[in-house]
Amino acid sequence: MSPLVEAVGVSQTFRTGHGRTAHTVHALDRVNLQVDRGEIVGLVGESGSGKSTLARVICGLQAYDGGEVRLDGQLLTVRRSREQRRRIQLVFQDPYASLDPRMTIRQTLAEMITVHRLVPKDRLRARCLELMELVQLPASLLDARPAGMSGGQRQRVAIARALSVNPEVLVADEAVAALDVSVQAGVINLLDDLRRELGLAILFIAHDLAVVRSLCDRVSVIYRGRIVEERPTAELFSDPADDYTRRLLSAVPRLDGARTLPTTPARGQ
Amino acid sequence: MTGAVAHDPGSLLEVIDLRIAVDLGDREVAAVDGVSFTLAPGEARGLVGESGSGKSLTLRAIMGLLPGNVRVTGGQILFRGRDLLADGGQLQQQVRGRGITMIFQEPAVALNPVMRVGEQISDGLVQHRGLGRREARAQAVRLMDLVGIPDPERRINAYPHELSGGLRQRVMIAAGVACEPDLILCDEPTTALDVTVQDQILRLFAHLRDELGAGLLYVTHDLAVVAQLCDSVTVLYSGQVMEEGDDLRSVFARPFHPYTDALIGATPRIDGPITRLQAIPGTAPALQDRPSGCPFHDRCPRATEECAEGRIPFAELDRGRRSACLHPLLPAGLVR
Repeated sequence: MSPLVEAVGVSQTFRTGHGRTAHTVHALDRVNLQVDRGEIVGLVGESGSGKSTLARVICGLQAYDGGEVRLDGQLLTVRRSREQRRRIQLVFQDPYASLDPRMTIRQTLAEMITVHRLVPKDRLRARCLELMELVQLPASLLDARPAGMSGGQRQRVAIARALSVNPEVLVADEAVAALDVSVQAGVINLLDDLRRELGLAILFIAHDLAVVRSLCDRVSVIYRGRIVEERPTAELFSDPADDYTRRLLSAVPRLDGARTLPTTPARGQ
Repeated sequence: MTGAVAHDPGSLLEVIDLRIAVDLGDREVAAVDGVSFTLAPGEARGLVGESGSGKSLTLRAIMGLLPGNVRVTGGQILFRGRDLLADGGQLQQQVRGRGITMIFQEPAVALNPVMRVGEQISDGLVQHRGLGRREARAQAVRLMDLVGIPDPERRINAYPHELSGGLRQRVMIAAGVACEPDLILCDEPTTALDVTVQDQILRLFAHLRDELGAGLLYVTHDLAVVAQLCDSVTVLYSGQVMEEGDDLRSVFARPFHPYTDALIGATPRIDGPITRLQAIPGTAPALQDRPSGCPFHDRCPRATEECAEGRIPFAELDRGRRSACLHPLLPAGLVR
């Protein structure tokens, strides 16, 4: 049986610069990645590694020029039917930018549900309440606008909006990066609950290795458009195989301060 | 008690009962509400807190860079024993860039985009030390080498946009330490950087501290970054000091304040067993909605009714360990 969503040898190049500086950037270079039902797969990499490009390719926001993206074995291109779009939803990094400040939370949720013609009008109210409960927000916020809400509450609304159309795959692109530690933990736990309750497949994209470690079942490390290592989480963190993964892990600061800083500065690049 | 920090003639920086108010248009609210701490020469102290804790405003008040709608309403900031707030900012003006320097979060924003980086690095030397062009240039090369910028002779003529984020941050640090300051204020200088670059910059700070003997006040939300770099730590929440320790390892290993404890429990770990994170219920209060008593009491598992009343005393609970809590997590043998 094929995995729920998979990227098979996906490549994408961008041309950049003009004249003498013109060159081609391989944003994605034959990337393979799978996420199955009820599974959370982490994709970690530094800025410019291609992780967001992959998110956009999988969600159909970005064309790709090699390989295949498949959902339930069915080929997905950048042109997708409404039904295909419904099945994969995206949660963005910045809940201050991704919610419309003029719309109440109810309007935000209702818009999605209506566009996808999922629920009859008289059920809309009940569906909104259901969604708020799912993301552990008080129903009283339904008639509020984002302005008065905290970052954590906004990100829960963004997740509720993504869930409003009953997707099977959730792509979370740095979805907790902008949140304070005390609320970040709550959103991470929420994603974990949703995977259990709804059997969601979650592709969790992040630069923060500690966050990925605390949430994901498997982790893919991406470097310059290539997946350099793909392993179960515990294994990857205890025994990284690839040089780049090792370098990445050794650079992460630790709470117990076990790694003492040598005082000779490393050269910059 | 608040403000009861004894004046210590040997300290480099003493912040005593600092109060900062933000003008919301119709009223003023206290964003920093009686913050005190000291920094010895050569000490590195982490000022840790989440957004709205007042950590950045405290730092900006020391540098005299508060935004227009924000003002200091009380307290003292003693730099080598002299109050920076006393003479209408004259002393502050004198020490800014020379005695005290500040490294910002976004080098892309803090650097001048139309000025070559060499000039930006040596600007302070020209302004404060009266160096000529040739000397300033030679110093800029030396400083770029000090902060680990490869090929400084060539890079000195670069514009900020021609450099990577990590190199830009090194340029800002070079400019910051050009006049050999006694105190370096850091406002989340690695938050915008990749983890491998962050690691290099943290090593650089450790190196500079050894090399220059400068005191370091490091503001961040990241406990692990502070653990790597600092000696001591002050934990802020909603404009007040919750906990403080002269030895940060002891604080992180055995926090006294339930907020510090909760923050550590909510922080994802890179090692140790993989467990579900402990989320802190509720959200940090907005400035205008700060509850009475301990600002953390309505999210705190140990809170009782008395936590909602009055100012919680800031008390020394163990040697070098102070906390503002009525029900601290004290190990056996220590009583409040």
